Amino acid sequence: MKELAFRVVALTVLFVALAALAALLVDIGVDGAGRLSWDFLTGFPSRRAANSGIWHAISGSIFVIGVTGVLAVPVGVAAAIYLEEYGTRSKMARLIEVNITNLAAVPSIIYGLLGLGLFVRALGLGRSVLAGGATLALLVLPVVILSTRESLRAVPKSIREGSYALGATTWQTIWHQVLPMALPGILTGLILALSRAIGETAPLITIGAVTFVTFAPQSLSSAFTVLPIQIFNWVSRPQADFQANAAAAIIVLLALLLTMNAVAVWLRDRYQKERQA
Amino acid sequence: MSTAARAVPPLAAVARRDEPASAATGGPAKIRAEQLDFYYGSKRALHGISLEIQPNVVTAFIGPSGCGKSTFLRTLNRMNDIIPGTRVEGRVLIDGDDIYGPGVDVVGLRRRVGMVFQKSNPFPKSIFENIAYGLRINDMAGSKSELAGRVEESLRQAALWDEVKDRLHESALALSGGQQQRLCIARALAIRPEIILMDEPASALDPIATQRIEELVYDLKRAYTIVIVTHNMQQAARVSDYTAFFWLGSLVEYDRTDRIFTAPSQKLTEDYVTGRFG
Repeated sequence: MKELAFRVVALTVLFVALAALAALLVDIGVDGAGRLSWDFLTGFPSRRAANSGIWHAISGSIFVIGVTGVLAVPVGVAAAIYLEEYGTRSKMARLIEVNITNLAAVPSIIYGLLGLGLFVRALGLGRSVLAGGATLALLVLPVVILSTRESLRAVPKSIREGSYALGATTWQTIWHQVLPMALPGILTGLILALSRAIGETAPLITIGAVTFVTFAPQSLSSAFTVLPIQIFNWVSRPQADFQANAAAAIIVLLALLLTMNAVAVWLRDRYQKERQA
Repeated sequence: MSTAARAVPPLAAVARRDEPASAATGGPAKIRAEQLDFYYGSKRALHGISLEIQPNVVTAFIGPSGCGKSTFLRTLNRMNDIIPGTRVEGRVLIDGDDIYGPGVDVVGLRRRVGMVFQKSNPFPKSIFENIAYGLRINDMAGSKSELAGRVEESLRQAALWDEVKDRLHESALALSGGQQQRLCIARALAIRPEIILMDEPASALDPIATQRIEELVYDLKRAYTIVIVTHNMQQAARVSDYTAFFWLGSLVEYDRTDRIFTAPSQKLTEDYVTGRFG
């Protein structure tokens, strides 16, 4: 009896959660689907809603995420390797570890303030793609480090011992045995971290990403906007047509996110199969 | 130095001996441990172990679980180094050189002293790559054909070649448990070590696979010095020439295997090999 009651409660809760999500998606679909077109995807913003496109925001998001990836991935993976494979014994490493865990929980707007002070002003990068990407890189770095460490830790001790017993150095063991085994997990973590970054708005607004740019970024020092900021901008307008634009942009952003997550799942499955084959 | 041995009266006579227990006659020892103490953190796991292991024989370490036999085995190629918080006191000499001395190249040591683990641990790669790995990282094979030759030679030595020669590039994880363990032995042989340490290599295998491993051990001793840890006394009796009995982190008795099993000098050894405890 208790068992049944619990199942009913659990199912109801699950249904409510899914229903809310479905309602949201349907609502956005109804509002935005009509605006989706090739012209919308490849167009630039305009004062008239019907002429507006989001190419500037899509390319801005891709540029910024590219910079984020290039900066955060090597640094994050290297830091995780150090902490997990080399520094596990030192007090210093433990101190760093606690700080990283805390950093992962810091609100994103704080990173925006740091980015504004450090990249935009102190380093003089201005309100550029580079500054935006670097800020987001700082934001996702703790997540990258934590998920990479998790994947490294999942590699069985017996594999490391087997490698050491053959006269391998620590680096050879990491490079030839540990990293290949941890790769699917690392990649999954990286993509999830980057898909978090692609949805971030607050830190980019803080560093001054412009909401009305009429061009796609040309270089790392270009001004830029990103999809969430463009959505925010349109949602805050009173005209219904711009609301429809926002809904359509949300669909594009969701599609981008889901694609990235799907790639993560696909990569993980592929490598797992390879390992078992 | 061997203070803790006093907790166990029957051991004192052996553990306090100044000369390492040397069961063999003549010839210089391949491995010589001198008053070796080992600590996991503050917990002392080995108490003043001294013994000499002869070249080209099989030496078995027996004793109940937790007696220190595996720990001692792992001090012989410094495998315990990778466990944080461990500490070694005393000396281990291989061919007369202290492997815990300053400036010792641990990587080079492990190349000379191979190891096979309790649970077979093939790398998640092909059979060929499992063997080739040790050769590659140690720059032991110049050309492709030389590499292939060394892989075949190792697999033959481990009596695995005929079973896998048609599927060298398939995953090693598809092999049976016994084949995986022989692959791990082949992998260790590929880099031509002088000593092979085996930590209960057959404990997870069925009787037939176990027998094949034992035959292999017997064949390999012509070319290698083999030290094997086992909790299976029949196995020790079958494969080894010398047997060391460990108890509570101390070496109780070390002698020719037939003497250990038929006429041990210590009461404790006799009780253990006759199955009265352990």
